[in-house]
Amino acid sequence: MSDERKDEITEVVNDEAAKDKKDGKGIEVEFKLEMHLDDANRVRVLSPGMMVLKRFLRNRLAIVGMVIIVAMFLFAFLGGALYPYSESQVFYKTDEVLKDYAGATEIDQFQFQNVEGVELPSDIYSKALIAASSGKYVFETRDGSQMGMTPAAEGSDVYLVYSLEPIKMFLKNVKSFNEALEAGLPYFEEDGVLYMYKGEDFKADVFEATEIAVASKKSFTGYSKDTKFSYEFYRNALVASATGESSFEADGNTYDITEDGLISLNGEGYAVVSNMNFNAAVSGVFLSPDYKAAALEAFASGASSFEFPDEDGTMIEYRLDKKTSQYIIKRFQQTRLIDTYASPSKEHLVGTDANGMDLLARLMYGGRISLLIGFVVIFIEVFIGMIIGGVAGFFGGWVDNLLMRLVDVVYCIPAMPLYLILGSIMDYYQASPRARIYLLCIVMAVIGWVGIARIVRGQILSLREQEFMVAAEALGISTYRRIFKHLIPNVIPQLIVFASMGLGEVILSEASLSFLGLGIKYPAASWGSIINAVTDSYVMTNYLFVWIPAGTLILLTVLAFNFIGDGLRDAFDPKMKR
Amino acid sequence: MRKFIIKRLLISVVLLFFVSMIIYAIMRCMPISYVEQQAMALSTKPGAKSYAEWVDQLNAQYGLDTGVIQGYFKWASRAIALDFGDSWFWNQPVLQKFSNVIWYSFALGLVTFILEIVIAIPAGVAAARRQYSATDYTVTVIALIGISLPSFFFATILKYILSVKLGWLDLYGIVGRYHESYSQMGKILDMAKHMIMPVITLTVVSVGSLMRYTRTNMLEVLNADYIRTARAKGVSEDRVVNYHAFRNTLIPIVTLLGGSLPGLFSGAMITETLFQIPGIGYTSYQCVVQGDIPFVMFYMVFMAVLILLGNLIADILYAVVDPRVRVN
Repeated sequence: MSDERKDEITEVVNDEAAKDKKDGKGIEVEFKLEMHLDDANRVRVLSPGMMVLKRFLRNRLAIVGMVIIVAMFLFAFLGGALYPYSESQVFYKTDEVLKDYAGATEIDQFQFQNVEGVELPSDIYSKALIAASSGKYVFETRDGSQMGMTPAAEGSDVYLVYSLEPIKMFLKNVKSFNEALEAGLPYFEEDGVLYMYKGEDFKADVFEATEIAVASKKSFTGYSKDTKFSYEFYRNALVASATGESSFEADGNTYDITEDGLISLNGEGYAVVSNMNFNAAVSGVFLSPDYKAAALEAFASGASSFEFPDEDGTMIEYRLDKKTSQYIIKRFQQTRLIDTYASPSKEHLVGTDANGMDLLARLMYGGRISLLIGFVVIFIEVFIGMIIGGVAGFFGGWVDNLLMRLVDVVYCIPAMPLYLILGSIMDYYQASPRARIYLLCIVMAVIGWVGIARIVRGQILSLREQEFMVAAEALGISTYRRIFKHLIPNVIPQLIVFASMGLGEVILSEASLSFLGLGIKYPAASWGSIINAVTDSYVMTNYLFVWIPAGTLILLTVLAFNFIGDGLRDAFDPKMKR
Repeated sequence: MRKFIIKRLLISVVLLFFVSMIIYAIMRCMPISYVEQQAMALSTKPGAKSYAEWVDQLNAQYGLDTGVIQGYFKWASRAIALDFGDSWFWNQPVLQKFSNVIWYSFALGLVTFILEIVIAIPAGVAAARRQYSATDYTVTVIALIGISLPSFFFATILKYILSVKLGWLDLYGIVGRYHESYSQMGKILDMAKHMIMPVITLTVVSVGSLMRYTRTNMLEVLNADYIRTARAKGVSEDRVVNYHAFRNTLIPIVTLLGGSLPGLFSGAMITETLFQIPGIGYTSYQCVVQGDIPFVMFYMVFMAVLILLGNLIADILYAVVDPRVRVN
């Protein structure tokens, strides 16, 4: 007897039993007193479906599998909905980070401070450098004007710069010239006028010199932001620092100057002269002369760090980094950082990943995608497989031959390289994460249906020869009804078993693909793509919380589907029971 | 018998024709600009051929300048003569690269295959002998865990324990740092040592299905009438299982194993990639990622041939091993 018929009979019996129960207690008592052989209460007949269910429920592994799957669904779908974070939410943390605060460069070019209203030729910088190193203090600039410069003191790199006007002068009997020539000085003074000359004897060219600028390798910083310095101040300060004097006069004031270059007026700090150029790394920061003085002191002593009070008076540590003639000053600053690879904590129960996203949220949303892909793929596979296998099995002959060869062809296509190639092509076209998921589903289903087609065909081939089908044909039942009412229901148990095991397989291969970086892509998550982080062996060794949970979830899910499939197989196939 | 084999062979050839055609069509799906871009990028490599040379070679090899059908025949006529062109990524003939790397995969596959048989068949038989016993449950659970384990996850755990925590084995590669300084024997041992983790991974991942297959078939045989007869005759249980039942169980198992023999050459793409074993799997993974069309085409066809060969062997073995099966 076919399962179909059995089912109908038991249904009738059960209906009768139900009616009896409704009729009231009296009848039941009566039945108990006088039992018939076909009494529903006497012989408990279970429908085949109930038998399967009973056998299935008796299988402990299958129950474990069921529990795991239900838990996974709750975790992925309900958990994802209830969890406050989303899959692509990036988390930040604030941290003290050593950041560039300022830079100091040793000045290696002449800085010119010129008399108000005077313009210096554009190539004065290079000409002055050549003049200073060669000692030829009279030179001609590109625009043809004659320039001269003299050191403010012996061996000093502070120079006074003059504009020169050639004049005729008979030098032979000028005493000051002869003295200058003997001393090797390029200038001499006569009648209160400064002259410079070019040559080694009295035939030298003579120029009348007018001071126009002062050149030095030093920079000035005022104590208040808007201090402006006059030319006189620059000149006298530089000369004083060159000659080593402790005070100078400028603009009617007397300034004190120390060896370190601190200039004070009436005992109060006024400016700092130094051979370092300071730049703040962040715009809007004013580096005070005191700060510079402290930094200079640290440079001079070769210390690697120094402390300096900020506006509130708290001491802040500054680190120094020396690169040839350049110093970089760094300090710890509060910075907002992406919270990458945060260890599990109350806030992030499983920690965060390389992009600072909450791993638990990603596991939940990744679970959705992994489960969804599994079900969609299996659904399509079953659909295609059932139709093609069913048609091949039922009609047989050349249809069967043709379709089975098609199955063979698809079976021979190597799946893994194909997925990889399609992944690369999708990469090339920069497919969106959503499109990738759909395409992945379709491709996996198109490759995977052949197994189901084979099973369905095999089943139908054997069922077709059975008596109940011969009977169905003899009764003149239409082809459509014979296929869908009599054949397909008998194939379904096998299909369910295959599908539940296949689900695990699909989830596994999706995970493998995503692991290889060709399946689901950031920012969408899947369990495989989360484990992908272990390709960085630093992550593998140090951040176990990144890959262990995702791997465990994959293992548990696939295992659960296999348990269920196994349990179903045993339940559907009572022959296996001894 | 001969007729049967010839018929199967002919069918396989026809199948290969269609499979290779599909593979070719998939390759042609790649945007042509992609191919050109690849050729361009490859030609900038030091010592590489010039761009024009690459494109010419591609057109000659794959008929990219003709229609799909025409191009396929152009390519197929070369492929039949075993001319698969030069690999872009490796910059040497595909077959030369292939013969360099295939033996790593084969060694890996063979050791795994032997381990699988040695572990799975006794375990499966033991489980079937006492169905629903603790042994059966253990074997079932272990087999299912093996089937369900993602190979990359298991490989990572192995790496973490054996190389990172214990420091016994190297994380990657087929040879150690001092490989060159070892003697001939030492070199082989060094390579064997590097094969340990991949072999464990592959064995654990693949042993489950054979175990379950053995169990299912053994159960079927143990429920057969002739086993009942043997028992009724008073044959000892050991003899029933080891002689009467096991020999009959071997029929489907030998068929399955015979069919998986060609698979020894197919390599394990994920495992080889994870351990950077330079076998066919890792090599072709790199080629796929780098868009090396000649090598990937070859690899796909090679895989298709292996699958077809496996089916062929399984079919023939089925007829050979079981005298009850009539060939027709």
